[in-house]
Amino acid sequence: MHVEQPYTPKTWPESPERATLEGKNKFLGFWLFLGGETVLFASLFATYLALKDKVPNPATDVLAKDLFELPLAFLMTMLLLTSSITSVYAIYHMKNYHFKKMQAWLLITVLLGLGFLGLEIYEFYHYTHEYGFGFTTSAFSSAFYTLVGFHGAHVVFGLGWIIALMVRNAKRGLSLYNAPKFYVASIYWHFIDVVWVFIFTVVYLMGMVG
Amino acid sequence: MSTIAQKRGFGAALWDYLTTVDHKKIGILYIAAGGFFFLLGGLEALIIRIQLFAPNSDFISAGLFNEMLTMHGTTMIFLAAMPLLIGFMNLIMPLQIGARDVAFPFLNSLGFWLFFFGGLLLNLSWFLGGAPDAGWTSYASLALNSTTHGIDYYALGIQISGFGTLMGGINFLVTIINMRAPGMTYMRMPLFSWTTFIASTLILFAFPPLTVALFMLTFDRMFDANFFNVVAGGNTIIWEHFFWIFGHPEVYILVLPTFGIFSEIFATFSRKRLFGYSSMVFATVLIGFLGFMVWAHHMFTVGLGSIANAIFAVASFAIGVPTGIKIFNWLFTAWGGSIKFTTPMMYAAAFIPSFVMGGVTGIMVAMAPADYQFHDTYFVVAHFHYVIVGGVVLAILAATHFYWPKMFGTMLNETLGKITFWLFLIGFHLTFFIQHFLGLMGMPRRVATFLPGQGLDAGNFISSIGALLMGVAVLILLYNIIVTSVKNEKVGNDPWGDGRTLEWSLPSPPPHYNFKQLPLVRGIDTYWIEKMEGKKEVTAAEPVGDIHMPNGSILPICISLGFFIASFGAIYRQEHSWGLAVLIIGLVIAFGSMLIRSLKDDHGYHITKEELLNDNDKGVRA
Repeated sequence: MHVEQPYTPKTWPESPERATLEGKNKFLGFWLFLGGETVLFASLFATYLALKDKVPNPATDVLAKDLFELPLAFLMTMLLLTSSITSVYAIYHMKNYHFKKMQAWLLITVLLGLGFLGLEIYEFYHYTHEYGFGFTTSAFSSAFYTLVGFHGAHVVFGLGWIIALMVRNAKRGLSLYNAPKFYVASIYWHFIDVVWVFIFTVVYLMGMVG
Repeated sequence: MSTIAQKRGFGAALWDYLTTVDHKKIGILYIAAGGFFFLLGGLEALIIRIQLFAPNSDFISAGLFNEMLTMHGTTMIFLAAMPLLIGFMNLIMPLQIGARDVAFPFLNSLGFWLFFFGGLLLNLSWFLGGAPDAGWTSYASLALNSTTHGIDYYALGIQISGFGTLMGGINFLVTIINMRAPGMTYMRMPLFSWTTFIASTLILFAFPPLTVALFMLTFDRMFDANFFNVVAGGNTIIWEHFFWIFGHPEVYILVLPTFGIFSEIFATFSRKRLFGYSSMVFATVLIGFLGFMVWAHHMFTVGLGSIANAIFAVASFAIGVPTGIKIFNWLFTAWGGSIKFTTPMMYAAAFIPSFVMGGVTGIMVAMAPADYQFHDTYFVVAHFHYVIVGGVVLAILAATHFYWPKMFGTMLNETLGKITFWLFLIGFHLTFFIQHFLGLMGMPRRVATFLPGQGLDAGNFISSIGALLMGVAVLILLYNIIVTSVKNEKVGNDPWGDGRTLEWSLPSPPPHYNFKQLPLVRGIDTYWIEKMEGKKEVTAAEPVGDIHMPNGSILPICISLGFFIASFGAIYRQEHSWGLAVLIIGLVIAFGSMLIRSLKDDHGYHITKEELLNDNDKGVRA
């Protein structure tokens, strides 16, 4: 049996991402990797909380409450949360061996992700130019840009990954060889989304009220 | 090395090792590179001890002394002890659990090359303006003010090699969870595989905080961020917390595999089942868990407050309990056994008192009020060398002798091995025992010299003599390795005659697919069970069939090289205009190679049943 052998929706296994040993390993290894990533982001959050509003001159320098605007953060949150749902649809179709629909939903996911990324770039540009709040301004700014920027870098990597998968497999459809690849890319995307929920809460909401 | 490689010539053998994804060859690469860095770190230690031979010595300058002690610690922990242990994990663990390879052979190779290029980057700092000089802990308050590029090499070198270690950890975890042979339940796994499992878990959760801390140090030094810059609102204690949230579990990443190695050796040469197997497993898990709860005992004098100090002190004492369980289990394993004092067994026997002494002083420094006296003196230096040398290094030396036949198919000379052992053991105690008293008399660590007439002369003299003895012991080991490799007398599957676990049922060295048929595991020490029933081979769990194997790849080197090049760009970006370009080129090489890996299908290949049966007739070894 070859891993690229064609299937029909009827013969397609129930959990195609875990039907081969390679798939099983990839599935588990990726979950473990996300465990490590969780600690990585926990460390960044801890640093941010320790350095929040820590600036050279608290009387005159920009603080969290001067900086953040909820409408923009809300829009970014909605885009990213929606992209998480659309990636669920994509995997739903992957499990039903419906390649074209999966690709379509992945494309929507990518577009939403790009929208989020565009807003984040605008946000950083806005802070730098309107508020003079750059990466090197203060300990607070370094911590903010590092936390949110690490998340942004994950978004960039995730988008590149999903696009590469879509292009690479566009002509050959689903197989037990690439099903695990699509699957782990989608859980990576969910993870990015979960991290953003915490950023929205800890950075933006708590920045506005506390 | 293998007969096939000799036939194909040196170039082909080199290419084979550069592209290999075979866990046994990667293990040998880890041990070779780790061994090289061990010699380098040892040389640095000798230079430190020569400087401290006599008071007011000017053998090296104070600045160079700082670089020596920093590089000695960093090299020994990150580039010698850990890679050597990971090398043995790679070699032995898949054989012990009855797997044909690790779960991610490509990542395994990538992990090695990242470690290698990270270590290379760090050590190149010697030739490029000066090595790091803020201690292996590189506290930010010192590191930010270091004027050379040494700290930059430290931050990026450790970062790159740390990525490699993290990949290795995930790889071992998945291998153990998914790829155990039929019948190999968790509670039948040999102790070395168990400790590999727990140490890998620690790697997975302990390395990300270090990653973050190193990123912050990199950003502060090379990109003008302000995490640790107090004037701009920063806080240097953040580095200390993250460093030790990584650094303390790191101790257990080193010492748990040590426990695993000695558990195998005690059982083998006492020719008894390991006493208290379940409690050994339980103690391993508990030590792993508690290892994350005690990091602030490195920071008692920072001023976290007496409540925090008290909590971390009590948690630290608690680790003594599972460790004590292990010590007694080893003693009871030997008790009443028919003991054979081979070289590995002598290391195991010497390990018990040496490590217990390190444990007792560990309890002493864990008492927060007392630690105010011990802190930053030679007492602490003596303590952690008793744990690391008396534990980890003895285990690495023991494993080298114990597993050498499994790696290369020939035994190290036992007489030379025992000479190495005695010289090393005596040298070790001579060096470090006296340092307890030097510390209690107030000699501070990390200071380039000391004054005469303060009662420190004799102690330092004795300590330096001991270090030289350890150096001689290592030279004899090297001589032993050369002599045995030249003689190359081949041995069979079970050269010690008392092997208990699956690796000893395979040829030495094993064929590249390890098991022609996956074994059926019938209990703890399954090979011993079969031998006691008069069988020569382990019961097979499957008929002979095609075996799926991964293809080799050069991409791991390309990815690692990309990060290596990018690091130079990051380091010199601020003073040279070419820096940014080099940074970008390096990252393009690294991520481009990853993309190629992703786009290019790699289905591996199959070894057919016929080839396997042919191998059988010729008794082929890989």
